[in-house]
Amino acid sequence: MAHDGIGARVPRKEDRRFITGQGNYTDDIPVKNVTHAEFVRSPHAHARIVRIDTSAALAAPGVIGVLTGTELAEDKVGGLICGWMIHSKDGSPMKAAPYAPLTPDVARFVGNAVAVVVAETKNQARDAAELIEVEYEELPAVVDPAKAQAQGAPQIHAEAPGNTIYQWSLGDKDAVDRAFAGAAHRVDLDLINNRLVPNAIEPRSATAVYDRAEGRFTLYTTSQNPHVTRLVLSAFIGLAPEHKLRVVAPDVGGGFGSKIFIYPEETVCLWAARRLGVPVKWTADRRESFLTDAHGRDHVTHAEMAFDGNQKIVGLRVKTIANLGAYMSTFSSSVPTYLYATLLSGQYDIPAIYAEVDAVYTNTAPVDAYRGAGRPEATYVLERLMDVAASRLGVGPAELRQKNFIRSFPHQTPVIMTYDTGDYEASLDAALKAARYSEFPARRSEASAGGKLRGIGLSCYIEACGIAPSQAVGSLGAGVGLWESAEVRVNPVGTIEVLTGCHSHGQGHETTFAQLVAERFGVPIDQVSIVHGDTDKVQFGMGTYGSRSGAVGMSAINKALERVEAKAKRIAAHLMEAAESDVELANGEFVVVGTDKKIAFANVALAAYTAHNLPAGTEPGLKEGAFYDPQNFTFPAGTYVCEVEVDPKTGEVTIIQFTAADDFGTVINPMIVEGQVHGGLAQGIGQALLEGCRYDTDSGQLMTATFMDYAMPRARDLVSFSVSTTVTPCKTNPLGVKGCGEAGAIGSPAAVINAITNALGIERLDMPATAQRVWQATRAH
Amino acid sequence: MVQINVKVNGRAVSRQVEDRTLLVEFVRETLGLTGTHVGCDTGQCGACVIHLNGRAIKSCTMMAAQASGAEITTIEGLAKGDQLHPMQAAFHRHHALQCGFCTPGMIMTAVDLLNRIPHPDEATIRANLDGNLCRCTGYHNIVKAIAAVAQGGGASA
Amino acid sequence: MYQTTYVRAGSVAEAQHLLSDHPEAKLLSGGQTLVPTLRQRLARPSHLIDISHLADLRGISLEGDQVVIGATTTHAEVAANDVVRQRIPGLAQLAGLIGDPPVRHLGTIGGSIANNDPAADYPAAVLALKAAVHTSERTIGADNFFTGLFETGLDPGEIIVRVSFPVPQKSGYEKFHQSASRFALVGVFVAVLADGSVRVAVTGAGPCVFRAASIEASLANNFAAEAAESASISAEGLNSDIHGSAEYRAHLVPVLAGRAVSGAR
Repeated sequence: MAHDGIGARVPRKEDRRFITGQGNYTDDIPVKNVTHAEFVRSPHAHARIVRIDTSAALAAPGVIGVLTGTELAEDKVGGLICGWMIHSKDGSPMKAAPYAPLTPDVARFVGNAVAVVVAETKNQARDAAELIEVEYEELPAVVDPAKAQAQGAPQIHAEAPGNTIYQWSLGDKDAVDRAFAGAAHRVDLDLINNRLVPNAIEPRSATAVYDRAEGRFTLYTTSQNPHVTRLVLSAFIGLAPEHKLRVVAPDVGGGFGSKIFIYPEETVCLWAARRLGVPVKWTADRRESFLTDAHGRDHVTHAEMAFDGNQKIVGLRVKTIANLGAYMSTFSSSVPTYLYATLLSGQYDIPAIYAEVDAVYTNTAPVDAYRGAGRPEATYVLERLMDVAASRLGVGPAELRQKNFIRSFPHQTPVIMTYDTGDYEASLDAALKAARYSEFPARRSEASAGGKLRGIGLSCYIEACGIAPSQAVGSLGAGVGLWESAEVRVNPVGTIEVLTGCHSHGQGHETTFAQLVAERFGVPIDQVSIVHGDTDKVQFGMGTYGSRSGAVGMSAINKALERVEAKAKRIAAHLMEAAESDVELANGEFVVVGTDKKIAFANVALAAYTAHNLPAGTEPGLKEGAFYDPQNFTFPAGTYVCEVEVDPKTGEVTIIQFTAADDFGTVINPMIVEGQVHGGLAQGIGQALLEGCRYDTDSGQLMTATFMDYAMPRARDLVSFSVSTTVTPCKTNPLGVKGCGEAGAIGSPAAVINAITNALGIERLDMPATAQRVWQATRAH
Repeated sequence: MVQINVKVNGRAVSRQVEDRTLLVEFVRETLGLTGTHVGCDTGQCGACVIHLNGRAIKSCTMMAAQASGAEITTIEGLAKGDQLHPMQAAFHRHHALQCGFCTPGMIMTAVDLLNRIPHPDEATIRANLDGNLCRCTGYHNIVKAIAAVAQGGGASA
Repeated sequence: MYQTTYVRAGSVAEAQHLLSDHPEAKLLSGGQTLVPTLRQRLARPSHLIDISHLADLRGISLEGDQVVIGATTTHAEVAANDVVRQRIPGLAQLAGLIGDPPVRHLGTIGGSIANNDPAADYPAAVLALKAAVHTSERTIGADNFFTGLFETGLDPGEIIVRVSFPVPQKSGYEKFHQSASRFALVGVFVAVLADGSVRVAVTGAGPCVFRAASIEASLANNFAAEAAESASISAEGLNSDIHGSAEYRAHLVPVLAGRAVSGAR
């Protein structure tokens, strides 16, 4: 039975419903008498709302109600919040402006919700929405973060002069200044981390039901963290007390961060269901997803690195302007600060680092965490700089990295983090070998003979997963704790239910979490159910993002399993009339060491529930819960190698091979872990080559608002990847796991751009490296 | 209103719907076959792919009324009882799905591909997935699963 | 989608009557452009007149020196058809590059050329091969068919019935995909017609498909990739958008023409 346990490539338990069309996504859930919401959105990037005339819409067929910011204020519905307080370097708190679910006075981005129509059918709601007349007074708009702080730029919120939300810093400025003053070499680079649209293939959706008799709400929603959604809707927006609000996040079709946040739409559905007395449903169309899902990245950065005469890094200085969009989304403030600058040491021993980050408002959709969240931006800065430095210092890119690797652990960086363990040389070696790096010059010559330019690029990334511990993140401004909960319920017949506060939306928790149980109790995974995504079933939890479910979620389950085992062992010892210290659990049986006495785990479970013969003072039943708060982040790391071929005639870039060597610590299910890497790589390669969210600089219109204009990576844009792992078990959690969900998206963009710049023999190339952009670069060169 | 008579997964059905009903709305909302999904408005994502008279089509770019008289197979009709179609089995065995949202359309496209081209090479498989977006898998294991079925080893490693 | 009325036409004549009775009606064939347009409420036809079920509008035949393709023949049917593959390989190749497999199973040649999207593929083949568009009323030569951005020589109520392509000596198509939509950022169709004349038609680059005279001249002397590449195209009047500047498109035309020549059969 051990083949179901830790390390086994078990096909997923959850697959069957998805491959047979029986998945249960929010939009699939039938609700009796459901009505449909259609939002009226601002067509302008910045405009004062002069007047809203809803009379024609109210008279349209099937319309149940039309609501605006006026009614919202009337019902005292609170605004959306940003749950992480950042203080500027002068000590002042961030300038968070109000974020009303329906804006009452000013629209601040194209897509800003102004009103909602609720009607009997979706088509009726849409027909009626077109009858709402909104008179706008257009205002000038700014969309470029680099221009938002300029004198005379349009002011988006009165609360934030100069559109500046905060001016934050991390590290020792003086130490960095001294390091640069005494340095033998200095390298600098301007970088743009392109704005991305998450584009989970399932659009966001919400259905709200209000039971007037009980005063109780049910919200079905596409969420990565239903308990956080409930908490915010209760405690901050004030729609219902927590015990009267059930939030269900059923099957969720991908999140990548975008479904962490609490948005206007589900808030409005919940409120409208109460106010109008009907169940209210909304499902985004793709255009709405483009306009209103929280976007990712969008940094403008100037970075400088200083080296001594031995090519050792002595200092790093980074200045970044981060675009947070028109309103501060749920965790937006933390992304360009504690999830970004704290990773700027990378895999390198850097004695002095100083980072300044200005966060700005612009007339664009809110920006928040997207797969990797801050860490891809940090890796991109560092790994691009390392390649430029290698070329200027006349040393190989791999060699320069090796010279600067951290080699002893624990390692304290100058930017908060303490790395517990790692072996960066091992993953670099594994990647270079798998990529046949040393033979690259021959391949380059061969390509050159055919008129093509070959390039190879490295990226040695580090990430921090399982953001923790709660006390520490609290001291850095987090509004929540970042622990996880678990409950293990052993049924009388020995089957097991595990309740987790994590949420699976593709990660395969129903399988990996069951593997953990199988490993410990020898119960086949098909006798284990994982319960998640329903606040009525699971008491509390923090959800799934930031590659936390392995390191934090499974550690919580492990803790609960330990407690179950302890009690079961006590009962087993009693039943076998042996001392507890002589009893061991192996292959699903408790055995008395050195004898043939044994009792199956299932029989112990039955004994716990019959309670006919329990040790004195032992309660009946077999169910234990646990809360697990990690001591530290985990630090997955690895090396990616990308090899590209550029057609100089057109600028087309073809990926020839992509090699990943990751250290995720202990791996529970290698097949699932590889799948996570594949998906992350596709998103990172997509960022590097294809994806770029564009707003028109003058009008603020979103120019990439459909899949016709926003290039998503397709099968033909990618290759079959070479992925492998090296292992240094994490030292700060019991399972030794580090997390694998974001690595691919974090490490790959720099590898791709380094490969292309290597092919072209240039230093700077912005993402996405479209054929046109590469062609221009070849001509300029 | 318009009358739609179709055979869906082997069963004849007749319904009256608004003229403006899309085929995917008919399948999901009128017939309750929610395995077919909607992921975009412009016909790129392929989450809505079903078979119409044996060929893969995007049910979001066809009017329900256009399909009247046709035979339709959706993801729900692919397995024979408990017996998975080899493509479904291969997607499971090779971990070709994560969140599962694109999966029904992806499987319907893959089945159609092998109906047309029984032994595609990797480049052909990738080119034939142009109309189906997946944001989770990087396509790596989808390509692998389709290749495995083409080689006759669908459900084995 | 706005409220509309669906009518399945039983014949071309009935479709014509319906069109004249309902000036705000639209013909529905494969629907691969029209239906997404309707979904996004970018059009509001009073009626959708479905001609996709008319059997006599569908099919491919060789008639003398012409390959004749019915208006509602799908891209997939053209791409897979043996007559087309043997007689006009470039046309089969082009049809196989339109959209993606499910789109090719529904999209039709008549719908594509009637719509005349500046980035559609078929107009390049029709123009380069000097095809004739046969309608319910008359025959329109390729040179007079594509008149501007989404504009054709069709009169209101006129319905494309079939398109006939004279079999050329050689044909080839090269498409540079716009990476999001997979329409043509630039597509170049080259043909050596039966009489030996060379025609090069370019789609995607301008507001409407056009012939590239400089490349044709170059290829007339020497039908070789280098000859195509040595020609140049002015960026003036070409499309410029977030996917490619006019300069880039102008640069691509001769490069793609060269590739199309290399691949021509």
